[in-house]
Amino acid sequence: MPVYLDRDMKKNFYYLLPVLAAVVATLSSCNKTIVERNSQFQALSPAKLDLNADTWKPVLLTSVTQFPVATPDAISSPAYQADLNEIKAYQRGITDDQKALIAYWSAGAVLRWNEILRDLVAKHNLPPYQNDDGTYPAPSSANPFAYPQFPFSNPPYAARAYAYVSAVQYDALLAAWHYKNVYNRPAPYKNDATIQALVPKSDLPSYPSEDAVVSGSAVEMLKLLFPTEIAYIEQKEADQKLYRMIAGANTRAEWDAGEALGKQVAGVFAARARTDGTGAAIGTPAYWHSLENNTAATGETPWISLEYPKRPPMLPLFGKVLPFLFPAATVPTLRPSPPPSTNSDQFKKETAEVLSYSKNPTRDNEAIVAFWADGAGTYAPPGHWDAIAAEEFVKQNYSEVRWARNMALLNMAEMDAAIVCWDAKYFYFNPRPSQTDGAIKTLTGIPNFPSYTSGHSNFSGAAATLLTYLLPDRGTKFTDMAQQAAMSRLYGAIHYRSDCEVGLVTGKAVGNYAVQRAKTDGADQ
Amino acid sequence: MIKPLLVQTGRYFIALTFLVALSNKASAQTDADAIMIPKNYLCTGAMYSHSDWDHYWEGDFKRTNGNLGHVSSQMVGLMANYGVSDKFNILVNLPYVATHASAGTLAGQNGLQDASLFLKYMPFEIPVGKGVISLYGIAGVSIPMSNYQADFLPMSIGAHSRNTMARFLVDYQLSNFFTTASAEYVYRSNITIDRTAYYTTEEHYTNQVDLPNVMVYNGRMGYRSESWIAEVVAENYTSLGGFDIRKNDMPFPSNKMNWTTLGANFKYTFSKPSGLELTTGGDYVISGRNVGQSTVLHGGIYYLFSIKKQKKEKK
Repeated sequence: MPVYLDRDMKKNFYYLLPVLAAVVATLSSCNKTIVERNSQFQALSPAKLDLNADTWKPVLLTSVTQFPVATPDAISSPAYQADLNEIKAYQRGITDDQKALIAYWSAGAVLRWNEILRDLVAKHNLPPYQNDDGTYPAPSSANPFAYPQFPFSNPPYAARAYAYVSAVQYDALLAAWHYKNVYNRPAPYKNDATIQALVPKSDLPSYPSEDAVVSGSAVEMLKLLFPTEIAYIEQKEADQKLYRMIAGANTRAEWDAGEALGKQVAGVFAARARTDGTGAAIGTPAYWHSLENNTAATGETPWISLEYPKRPPMLPLFGKVLPFLFPAATVPTLRPSPPPSTNSDQFKKETAEVLSYSKNPTRDNEAIVAFWADGAGTYAPPGHWDAIAAEEFVKQNYSEVRWARNMALLNMAEMDAAIVCWDAKYFYFNPRPSQTDGAIKTLTGIPNFPSYTSGHSNFSGAAATLLTYLLPDRGTKFTDMAQQAAMSRLYGAIHYRSDCEVGLVTGKAVGNYAVQRAKTDGADQ
Repeated sequence: MIKPLLVQTGRYFIALTFLVALSNKASAQTDADAIMIPKNYLCTGAMYSHSDWDHYWEGDFKRTNGNLGHVSSQMVGLMANYGVSDKFNILVNLPYVATHASAGTLAGQNGLQDASLFLKYMPFEIPVGKGVISLYGIAGVSIPMSNYQADFLPMSIGAHSRNTMARFLVDYQLSNFFTTASAEYVYRSNITIDRTAYYTTEEHYTNQVDLPNVMVYNGRMGYRSESWIAEVVAENYTSLGGFDIRKNDMPFPSNKMNWTTLGANFKYTFSKPSGLELTTGGDYVISGRNVGQSTVLHGGIYYLFSIKKQKKEKK
C-alpha cells in the first residue's frame, strides 16, 4: 500500500514509528516452515551388531528356526549379478524423491514402522457418532469400511496393536539374525565396488534383509489390526523396499526372503490375536447392565456414561484379554484393593480436591493436562510413550533387533497394563468425579469408562519402569514424567487422586514383569 | 470451531460504527467500514457481544453435540480511534472473552484475547456523478494479550496467533445511501501449543502449528445520516488451507474454518449530549465449514470528542 505522508501526518510521524516497527517485526517473521523432530533423525548406524540375537528369547516363536529361509543364490550366480545390476540402475538414475526416501527410512525400520502405527492409531482413534435413535454403531472387523470404520483404536486397542506389531518384529528379527549368521552374506556394496552405500556401511550380513523382516511382519500384522489401511501400508512397504535397493543395502532377493520370513512369523502372532479375547471385549448390553447392577448391589454408586446420548462403556471385557508378560490368571492378582467407598468421607474429600483443581486451573496445569491428554484423534497414551522412547532410542544407536526388543518390551508392558487397568475399572465400576459432583468441569475430554484406576497412570507407571531399566543413565526422567502424566488426570478434573496414585503402583508392577523379562531374555547378558 | 475471535472482533467492530456529521466524513470505527473521524478527535467506548451456536460443521457434516449443547462466548471490548488527520485514523481494540458450554463437562475459558491495532488511510475521494467514491487502505496487527490455550477448541477464546492484516476498501456514497466493498488478507503466525505432537491428516512431531492464512470479503450497504446509520452486512471468511474436522473428532486450531454471515447494524448519534453514540446489531452464519453456526448480538456505547478544544468550534 503506498503511503503518502501529508503535512498532518508528518507531524505525527514520530508517534507512528513504534507502530510501523511493530508491523515490520510481525511481517518479518513470515517464515512458517516447521521442522518436525522426527525429520531430524540421523541414519541408523548401530554401535553393536548384536550378532548373538539368535540366542535371545522369542515371544511366541518356539525356535528361531521355526520357519526356514532358503539358501541364497551364490554371489557368482547370474541371479545375484542381475540383482546387483538392478541396484546400479537405480543408483544411476536416483531422483530427489528417492533421496528423500533414503533420508526417511535410513533412520531405522522399527522406528519408522512404529511411527506409521502411531499415525494409524491417531487416524482411527475416533469414537463412533451415534445413530438417530441414540444408540451407537460398533465397528465391525467383518465389514471394516462401513461407518464406523474398523477399528476404533481407543487406548486398549491401541496398546494391543503396538504390542503385537512390536513383538512380531522382534521375533521375526531373531529368526532373521539366525539366518544372517548361517548364510553370512555381505551387503551388496561389499560384493561390488561400483555399488555405493547410501546408508552407513555395516558388517551385518544382509541376507535376509532386516528391513524386509520388520516390514513384512508389520504389514501382515497390520492387515488384521487396520484392515482399511492395506493400500497405505503396502505403499509404505514398497517405498522401504525401493529404499533398501537404491541405497545399495539389499538386493531384491534379500528383501523378498526377509519379507517372506516376516510374514510367516506374523502368522503366529495373527493367530494369537484372533483368539486373545479382544473380539469379545466390547461385551453385550446385558453385560453392560450387569456391571451397573452388580456395583449398585454392593451399596456403591456405579459408573454411568457422561456422554449424551449415553455411550456403552469402552471395551469392558478387555481385562479378560490374554496378556503377553504373564498368564491371564495373574491379572486378578494385580488388581488393586478397592477405591474409597463412594459413601466415605475419604471419597468426599477426594471429590472436593478434584473440584478445587477444576475451579482453579493454573496455566501450568492446563499445559500439563494438554501435553498428556492423548485423547480422541491422538496416538493414545501408549503411542505417546512410544514416541518418548523412540526419541531416546535414536540417541542409543541400537541395532534393529535391539530396537525391536526394547519396543516389544515397552509395548507388551503397555498392553498388559491396559489389561490390568481395565480389569480394575470394570471390577470396581467407579464413577468419574463429574458424575459425583456436576459442578466439576473438566480441562480435557472425559473418557467413557470407569474412573478407578487411571489408565494414564497405569500406562505411564509401566512404561517408566521399563525405560528406567533400559536407560538407567536417564535417572528419574521417566518416573518424573510418569508422575506428571498421572497427576495430569487429577489436574484435568477427570480422576481422583486415588485413581492416579494407585494406577501408578499397578503400572509399575506390570512394568516390573517387563524388566524381569528383559533381564533374562539374553539381550542384556 | 468457534470462529477465530480476532476476525469476530473485526465484525464486532461493525457495531462501533458511529457518525459525526462532517459532510461525508463520518467518524470511523472499524477496519472494515468507510467511516473516518476527523483530525484530533478521539473516540473511545465499550462494546459487548454475545455469540451462541448449537449446530456446527465437521467438514460438510452439520450436527449438534449433546456433549456441548449450546456453546456461547461473551466479549467485552474496549476501543479507541484517533484521528491523526482527516484521512488517517488509528484504531485500537482490547477484548476480553469468556466461553461456556451448556452441556457436557468441558470447562469454559476466559481471558484477555488479542489486542489489535489498525492504521486506516483514505488517500482518495473522487466525485462520481452525484456521489463520491472513496478508497481506503487499512493495515493492522493483532497480538495475544494473555497466555490463553489455543488448543482447547471449542472452548478456547482464540487461536493465539499474531496476525498481520491488509485490507483494501471501496466506498460509494450517494446522498445518504452508501455501498462498501472490501477484501482483507490475514497473515497468521504459527502458534505454539502445549502438546508436542498432534494429528491433522498425519501425525506431526512438533509443538508448532501452521495456521492457514485467511481471506475476508466484506460487503455492506445502507443509510447514513448525521444521527443514524443502518446497514446490512455480508461477510465471507475463507481459510487458505487447513484441514477438515473428521466425523466426531475434536476441532483443532489449523482446521479449514470458513463461513459466510449476514447481519445488520444500527447506530444512533445523540445531538445532546454531543458525541454520545449507541450501537446495536447482529449477524448469523448462513453457511460454514468446521465452525459453529453462530448467532451474534452486540451493543456498544461510545463517546467522540476533540482533544484540542480550541478546534472544536470549527467543527
